[in-house]
Amino acid sequence: MGRYVIRRLLQMIPVFFGATLLIFLMVNVMGDPVAGLCGDRKCDPATAAQLKKEFGLDKPVWQQYATYMGNVFTGDFGTAFNGQKVTELMSTAFPVTIRLTLVAVVFEIVIGITLGVVTGLRRGKPIDTVVLLLTLIVISVPTFVTGLLLQLLLGVEWGVIKPSVSSEATVDELIVPGLVLASVSLAYVTRLTRTSIAENRRADYVRTAVAKGLPRRRVITKHLLRNSLIPVVTFIGTDVGALMGGAIVTERIFNIHGVGFQLYQGILRQSTQTVVGFVTVLVLVFLVANLIVDLLYAVLDPRIRYA
Amino acid sequence: MRGATHAKWAACAVAVALAATGCGGGSSDGGGGDGSGIVGSSWGDPQNPLEPANTNEVQGGKVLDMLVRGLKRYDPKTGEAQDMVAESIDTKDSQNFTVKIKDGWKFSNGEAVTAKSFVDAWNYGAHLKNNQKNAYFFGYIEGYDKVHPEKGDASAETLSGLKVVDPKTFTVKLTQKFSTWPDTLGYPSFAPLPKAFFDNHSAWLSKPVGNGPYTVKSYQKGSKMELRKWDGYSGDDKAQNGGVDLKVYTDNNTAYTDLMAGNLDLVDDVPASQLKNVKSDLGDRYINTPAGIIQTLAFPFYDKKWDKAGAEKVRQGLSRAINREQITETIFQKTRTPAKDWTSPVLGEDGGYSDSVCGDWCEYDAGEAKKLVEEGGGIPGGTLKISYNADTGSHKEWVDAVCNSINKALGKSNACVGNPIGTFADFRSQASQQKLDGAWRAGWQMDYPLIQNFLEPNYYTDASSNDGKYSNEDFDKLINEANGETDTAKAVTRFQDAEKILAKDMPAIPLWYQNGSAGYSDRVSDVALNQFSVPVYEAIKVN
Repeated sequence: MGRYVIRRLLQMIPVFFGATLLIFLMVNVMGDPVAGLCGDRKCDPATAAQLKKEFGLDKPVWQQYATYMGNVFTGDFGTAFNGQKVTELMSTAFPVTIRLTLVAVVFEIVIGITLGVVTGLRRGKPIDTVVLLLTLIVISVPTFVTGLLLQLLLGVEWGVIKPSVSSEATVDELIVPGLVLASVSLAYVTRLTRTSIAENRRADYVRTAVAKGLPRRRVITKHLLRNSLIPVVTFIGTDVGALMGGAIVTERIFNIHGVGFQLYQGILRQSTQTVVGFVTVLVLVFLVANLIVDLLYAVLDPRIRYA
Repeated sequence: MRGATHAKWAACAVAVALAATGCGGGSSDGGGGDGSGIVGSSWGDPQNPLEPANTNEVQGGKVLDMLVRGLKRYDPKTGEAQDMVAESIDTKDSQNFTVKIKDGWKFSNGEAVTAKSFVDAWNYGAHLKNNQKNAYFFGYIEGYDKVHPEKGDASAETLSGLKVVDPKTFTVKLTQKFSTWPDTLGYPSFAPLPKAFFDNHSAWLSKPVGNGPYTVKSYQKGSKMELRKWDGYSGDDKAQNGGVDLKVYTDNNTAYTDLMAGNLDLVDDVPASQLKNVKSDLGDRYINTPAGIIQTLAFPFYDKKWDKAGAEKVRQGLSRAINREQITETIFQKTRTPAKDWTSPVLGEDGGYSDSVCGDWCEYDAGEAKKLVEEGGGIPGGTLKISYNADTGSHKEWVDAVCNSINKALGKSNACVGNPIGTFADFRSQASQQKLDGAWRAGWQMDYPLIQNFLEPNYYTDASSNDGKYSNEDFDKLINEANGETDTAKAVTRFQDAEKILAKDMPAIPLWYQNGSAGYSDRVSDVALNQFSVPVYEAIKVN
């Protein structure tokens, strides 16, 4: 187990460097960021040159990347164009996005798995058809439609919630945005669980458990569910990374000042430091989430052993 | 009830999801008619650090407008530069100015506003090492080339043209005659700064201190700023409300929704997609007033094909092929006004605006357009490419409409095509390095309400924003003469003479004047935008 974890951690190193280098080059290809700082007029050449020097933009790209990576390892992620440290931006944005992601994941687990189990056990019954139809609708309607619709209905028409999230972004404010963010994945989780449960219901070990005279509840939770959750856990694990980085739409609609918003603004302003910094952290989150998922397999299925 | 009817069908689709949520509602801050109410206003994260000489866009401008007061201030209605901190600004030769400041002005930390507060602030703004994006504002002051050379390091620490005479007086020497120079001093870049700014710069940035009607109560960078009325304010434009809360929105649509839900009092950037509904949503709580912004199509004079004799006829023809009325009405919902000159209506007749300079050249006439383009030898290369940035500002829609109008007028399907460029920064970088071929969208937001500011930076030979490298000796001569004229009215006439040359050469096609738009809740009244499309916060009353 220990050796497996170490091997996985070592594998992360090339992935990490490759991903950051790619992002670094991509942002660089977009052109000269300083020209965008002066509005519709030309920056005066002396100030532009001075700014380029300060942000290291006058050096060749490989040298910029080397300096940047060197700084990252000392914990310095550079400065955004508005004079704020990128670490400062991260310390305000990540907690918000992590809260939002947690809310979304809780929705996925609670609603998604419950619906999946219910429909999986009652295959072909009316409830199965209804849930199937609903998941179809949720998957086919884009997130921004659900988001704007809920915002309009709950926030403006019925006044149940505030349409926008305050800068503190407390958990209760994030419930509706979290639901919107989770909606599509939630539908996938439901369908995955349903298929998996329906398949395993006919498995030998379930028949044995039932034949042993175990109570139905115990058969479902201990035997059926535990075996059926492996694909679902994989999905949710990889989804954590996707939710954190992909919340741009939801974050913009509900005015959440999280990672998605900072990335969006960073890209618009071509702030290499902001974009690369945030993506670097997201890459790490993705890698760690994947590792945790793989380790969870062993917990769920004792037959799986890592060496 | 906006959108309610369209929304009902989908309500059942999300009903399951709804059942799972239970959230508390909210209400906005209290306040009464006693002038203590707080105004909640939408905001965007300022692009640059919040220093006066480093702020060149509206979001940072909003804060500075509440926080600092300079020698002059532009009247929000007329645009006239009126003395604020200045007692008098005198000159005999339009080149040497003596500035006297009023007694009793203070910064909110108790420091007195003296001549030194101004001179230090201007020296800071001009110096190369401070990276101030508005440094060029100080370019007319003698010694600017020493503290801010085109290349290399600064050879002086301070502007030699600025001298403190006594605590209430300082003198300014300019490099050239510039009669209307005092009228440029209303821009926040010329604001005075307290010692605290220089002593502890990062502390000042996280909680700015100024001499304006408001003080900063709290500032969370990137999300919120709370400003409160400052009772010790010395000016006569005291705040009519208890304070202003600026909230950063990730999207102007969200801010608009918040206004509808009653969580916000003022949105100063009504999203384009809501312009159709705004009248029914807000009624007379929607304002749409001219701002000092003009949009033009600029041409490359560094390209021989556009600089030869006869090319001006092509440009004039193209100008006549654009149906400005129709485009401003259908695409912009009248938040733009068809342009009739190269300045802006906010200048007023006395300030140099004229609705006849462009004349027929700015009127749509398909037949004449076709004739003119043919007389001029046709569009160079057969196709006109209009470059624009595709990331912000929904430029694609109007560029396509302009091209459509040109193609129809000239009877050719490929006379004009749009050329989108990914990001604003890349677009500006290509434009300023003369890498664009064909025309491009050029926007100009005035720095100060003077006709000089619309003409000189854009069309004077090698001027700072003359990206197309247009050059005309007669035009330059008239601008120089106008700047040297001591009488303001005569100066304006000279500038207008220069503008007539633009009508002849058509170096850029005037498209439309941009308006500022804002919507507000029924909690507040007396809302207006100034010429820079910044809300006049201190005048807002909370009911």
